Amino acid sequence: MIINGVTIDATFAEAFPMKATRAIITAQNEKWAMIAAQAMTGFATSVIACGCEAGIERILGPNETPDGRAGVSVMVFAMGGKSLAKQLETRAGQCVLTAPTSALFAGIQSDIKIPLGKNLRYFGDGFQIAKKISGKRYWRIPVMDGEFLAEATTGQVNAIGGGNFLVLATSQPQALAACEAAIEAMRKIPNVIMPFPGGVVRSGSKVGSKYKTLNASTNDAFCPTLKGATKTDLSPDIESVMEIVIDGLTKEDIDKAMRVGIQAVCDLGADNGIRRISAGNYGGKLGPFHFHLQEIMA
Amino acid sequence: MSALTFSLKTQPAQRVDLSPLAPQLLQGLSIADIAAIELQSGKAKLRVDELFTIEGDDTQNIIIQNSTAKLDFIGKELENATITVEGDAGAYLGIGMKSGTIKVTGNAGLYAACEMKNGYLEIAGNTGDFLGAALPGNKMGMKGGTILIKGNAGERVGDHLRRGTILIEGNAGDYCGSRMTAGTIAVMGNTGKYLGYAMRRGTLLLWNAPQLSASFNDCGSHTLAFLPILFASFKSLNSKFADASVAFNRVQRYAGDMAEIGRGEVLVKL
Repeated sequence: MIINGVTIDATFAEAFPMKATRAIITAQNEKWAMIAAQAMTGFATSVIACGCEAGIERILGPNETPDGRAGVSVMVFAMGGKSLAKQLETRAGQCVLTAPTSALFAGIQSDIKIPLGKNLRYFGDGFQIAKKISGKRYWRIPVMDGEFLAEATTGQVNAIGGGNFLVLATSQPQALAACEAAIEAMRKIPNVIMPFPGGVVRSGSKVGSKYKTLNASTNDAFCPTLKGATKTDLSPDIESVMEIVIDGLTKEDIDKAMRVGIQAVCDLGADNGIRRISAGNYGGKLGPFHFHLQEIMA
Repeated sequence: MSALTFSLKTQPAQRVDLSPLAPQLLQGLSIADIAAIELQSGKAKLRVDELFTIEGDDTQNIIIQNSTAKLDFIGKELENATITVEGDAGAYLGIGMKSGTIKVTGNAGLYAACEMKNGYLEIAGNTGDFLGAALPGNKMGMKGGTILIKGNAGERVGDHLRRGTILIEGNAGDYCGSRMTAGTIAVMGNTGKYLGYAMRRGTLLLWNAPQLSASFNDCGSHTLAFLPILFASFKSLNSKFADASVAFNRVQRYAGDMAEIGRGEVLVKL
């Protein structure tokens, strides 16, 4: 398949089941809601070493937030419910509770509840106040700038992590420009996050390493400087490869995000140095979710 | 199915215990069975059809017409049903109600919604003392749900309140929120003496400055983030509380009762 001179490989992205949640951070204004959200979703690019993958889903207007202030919706993905709950709690406690004027609310409903403010309340040292409003429990925790309001729990849902595609270009600036265009389009899609810095990862990994202590290492088949030194997947004209990783609530959400992302890259096309779109997989043996590029773009 | 309607034929000489007419006890009964139920009235036992004309068949939607303040225990331990009282209700209206809705077009007597667990109770007129309170000797009053009083409430509103929301559009009597363990009482009118007497936790939300005891300490003026959420939860009510113009988030906060553990608060609109 070729779109605007860009070859779409007959391959697929391989993704895994994850547990996910969503929280809504509000603050006095969008600036401070975003600061809290960025802090909370920082160092959360990959479960390999961060414990979770987290990202900002979108900015919310005052009419979309529970307390009528500016807000940001964040999503957190982890390999299991326990690690998700732990990551959510420590990040909420260290990054949102501490951020001036912030408040924290559930962003997704589910029968499975995980603590949001439920345990942060103990920071109140006995001065915390519970309020049950319309069936939801909120904790009011006295803090130095006033009161930190946090909903007791949020929902935990089944989700998918590791949807991805690779952008192969004739130069590094062209690969980055294409990825930036893709991310801009993909950020408009709900229920997905692109957890890597700016949504783009330049160090895609393969499973395993020659070093016993590492379980992931550089994806040498896609490293342009190793074209003559390893079993490469790159043609001679490829000088740079970048990857976009997508975590989403459902397969359809990731499908949609991949479609608009790849389309944005292809819109730049061969004229802008984009040669191929590929994807990372492990031969289909590890992850139950397969995102076939050509089916998605069909 | 039409609502099961009990129309009072004559004013009873004595108070009448209507607890046997709670909807959950009438499920599956025929009109004849219901008519034969005996109600305690003073020393006497009266058949339902001696007191009421009965119409309709939906036992989970009951209307009591021509009701008077002598009809006690209406909607006792109500579960998932609706009761409309056209007229006044006696004492212990909705005592221990678990879910569902009770609406009274007139006034209600003592101990309305006493030890209520959940659901919604609305009184268009005034209500007597001990609204949402615990029975004498018990340590836990209302545990959940919402009460709306469009008129005034008597003394000891929410005595031993544990959880839930009491909304009073008019005035509340003395000892409002006494011995509260938690929960919220909002009063748009005036409150009496000894507000929050011995309250441990919970919120008294007031539109008018109260006469506070010395055991309540001023914590200053604040903008509280939970208030917009609380007011938003009132939007569906047929009440002044649903009006966005009455909502506020700037309050003077008083902590008390310091003669108790002092974790309660009185929030007064600024």
